Amino acid sequence: MQRIGVFVCWCGTNIAATVDIDTVVEAMKREPGVVHSSDYQYMCSEAGQSRIRNAIKEHNLTGIVVCACSPRMHETTFRKAAKAAGLNEFMVEIANIREHCAWIHKDRTEATEKAVVLARTAVAKLNLNKPLTPGTSDVVKRALVIGGGIAGIQSALDIAEAGYQVDIVEKEPTIGGKMAQLDKTFPTLDCAACILTPKMVEAAQHDNINLITYSEVDSVSGFVGNFTVKIRKKARSVKADICSGCGICTEKCPSKKAKSEFNMGLNNRSAIYIPFAQAIPNVPVIDRDQCIKFKTGKCGLCAKVCPADAIDFSQQDEIIEQKYGAVVLATGFKPIKLDNFDEYSYAASQDVITSLELERIMNAAGPTGGKLLRPSDKKHPHTMVFVQCVGSRDTTGCGKTYCSKICCMYTAKHAMLIREKYPDIDVHVFYIDVRTPGKNFDEFYRRAAEDYGVNYIKGMVGKVAPTNGKLMVQGSDLIADRQVIIEADMVVLATAIEPDQTAKSLATMLTASIDTNNFFTEAHPKLRPVESPTAGVFLSGVCQGPKDIPETVAQASAAAVKVVGLLSKDKLVSNPCVAGSNELLCNGCSNCQHVCPYGAIDYVEKEFRINGKIKIRRVAQVNEAVCQGCGACTVVCPSGAMDLKGFTNQQIMAEVDAICR
Amino acid sequence: MSIEKKEFKPLIVAFCCNWCSYAGADLAGTSRLAYPAEIKIIRVPCSCRVNPMFVLRAFQRGADGVIIAGCHPGDCHYTSGNYFARRRMTMLFSMLDFFGIERERTRVDWVSAAEGVKFSTVMNDFSKKIHELGENRRLGDLRCKQTIDR
Repeated sequence: MQRIGVFVCWCGTNIAATVDIDTVVEAMKREPGVVHSSDYQYMCSEAGQSRIRNAIKEHNLTGIVVCACSPRMHETTFRKAAKAAGLNEFMVEIANIREHCAWIHKDRTEATEKAVVLARTAVAKLNLNKPLTPGTSDVVKRALVIGGGIAGIQSALDIAEAGYQVDIVEKEPTIGGKMAQLDKTFPTLDCAACILTPKMVEAAQHDNINLITYSEVDSVSGFVGNFTVKIRKKARSVKADICSGCGICTEKCPSKKAKSEFNMGLNNRSAIYIPFAQAIPNVPVIDRDQCIKFKTGKCGLCAKVCPADAIDFSQQDEIIEQKYGAVVLATGFKPIKLDNFDEYSYAASQDVITSLELERIMNAAGPTGGKLLRPSDKKHPHTMVFVQCVGSRDTTGCGKTYCSKICCMYTAKHAMLIREKYPDIDVHVFYIDVRTPGKNFDEFYRRAAEDYGVNYIKGMVGKVAPTNGKLMVQGSDLIADRQVIIEADMVVLATAIEPDQTAKSLATMLTASIDTNNFFTEAHPKLRPVESPTAGVFLSGVCQGPKDIPETVAQASAAAVKVVGLLSKDKLVSNPCVAGSNELLCNGCSNCQHVCPYGAIDYVEKEFRINGKIKIRRVAQVNEAVCQGCGACTVVCPSGAMDLKGFTNQQIMAEVDAICR
Repeated sequence: MSIEKKEFKPLIVAFCCNWCSYAGADLAGTSRLAYPAEIKIIRVPCSCRVNPMFVLRAFQRGADGVIIAGCHPGDCHYTSGNYFARRRMTMLFSMLDFFGIERERTRVDWVSAAEGVKFSTVMNDFSKKIHELGENRRLGDLRCKQTIDR
């Protein structure tokens, strides 16, 4: 028989305001197995925990039920407290009377009744708990960073600096990501390339970092500390080890009609190309859809001119298999497509551009050499209109409901840079709200509006109509309460950002969860913001939610610390709530083996003494290091031999019974 | 003696998977999105851990409704558990009428950790359905139900 202690937490007034604590405490005293029942304002505090520890010793408890917040919040806390008092940490059950009771019910009687039921359910389960001992598993001392933007680079550098091997997998031919495409960065206005490219070089030259560019993750198996990842190295058609990066091939290539992805399609590139001059690695790639050799079989000019003989038309995709202890997701973002926003005439007029396109136009290495020219006639513009929240904070269903966070600041930056370089250009900005929380951010915006004479108009743009080579921008000025029409030469759309399309497939591969907008979900929104709920998977940068560069770098370093913390361990404690088969009951049917998603179940021939005779039977055996404890096998087992520790059939039945009493 | 008309207070058991739906329920709580107190949640590691026996046990012990909530198809923490749950429960539900339980007293739904609003909506909706159906009388008439009057 268990000796159970029940501890009811007030959570200040969070629980106590709606649940009558005394009733719960008294009701629990009458439950089978309960020898102690008490309450305290904050059970999770040191004082609360010490009450638990003392009660365990004083009443010689064999298990405790804590009626408090969600087990997702403080189960670990209370398990540690129990362990400190000499109790097995799995002899702890939590009754969630905050999130599942006090916070959602208003009626005190109803909430108290429910709290009593939830508490007695936990007691009923605990009565059947058995002490569990976690197993251990090894840690592969190598990390994988998926995505080679500033987030991935920073995470990789920090992990590498701590002395661990890191691989960066980047799907593009070069690392650098979106930041490499930016011109200047707010609020300091230093050039993005000047601060990014040294980091790219540092990553490439670091002894512990291995760049795997132009590659994608094909599949992932395994678990924390021991992931097996297959990486598809796409065929570059250029031998990276001999190529000297001279660039003669890209100059001589006769096929120059492909849109440059790096310059947002504003100019063309050759079929064999290096995305940008500072690309790392500085090795070209043949775009096989554009290459004349691949399309017609004739040409091959690049191979003829290459002084290093590095061109290899026969190159195939290569699969690399590597083991990792931890995975950092740094897949980043892309601007949304503007198909749903015909009113801005993005598709109809070349002079309506996105902010990222403007970054390329303003950039000295961009398609216009840094000169601000209208894309349609290459003339100098005189009036420019910026439209904020294009697809952000959109409740119509055409765009995204969230705020993309960075647009207010980069629009202020664009407006300021344009006014500084070309004081003759009138700049108007249509906005819903200007959001500038951040160090020196609001000062920056005010400088744009006050010192640089940028005309901020509160209101949305209804229509952009191309008329006689101009763009008629019709919008509302909510403060003056009137319609405004501006004859503009260029319109710049602050397009919403969304997670990169690779996030979804990676989420499935890694069983890392994503939210309704395809951003990766963090383990806890406040307290574990860089960890995925899946152990061993960490989040870095915009793949978790919109962020600017400083925030991305901070989160990337935070993720790196978590990775280093994991890799520095020699052994990992594994979850003991795994399946186990009762060999005497097992009939060897293999049902469990078929449903196990991890291949954790094997069948062995074993000798049994039955009625005095030795008999060899085929029985299921669970590899506890591989089992993740989902319980799929327990339900298919026809003989009831398979059970899940910590969530046994009997325990769940007892919970059902306790609720339906 | 006057006949007292008792207000129908249903009893609903919700099995929630640890990774999505239980977290969704937590989010509903954090967002203070109310749903009726008659719904009591049991945490299971995955929706595939729910043995059809648990569902039947709940009805046998007097539950008026049982709902199973898991991760969205394709998003299972254990890759494929919710698919098993979906098939298993489809099988079970198709037999419920034979057992003397209305099919509508059961439901499987997918609620992610980010869907506090959906959790609350699903629970309110399900509870409304059970209120419409009233007490689980068909099973109550049978001897196998152990607690008839609650």
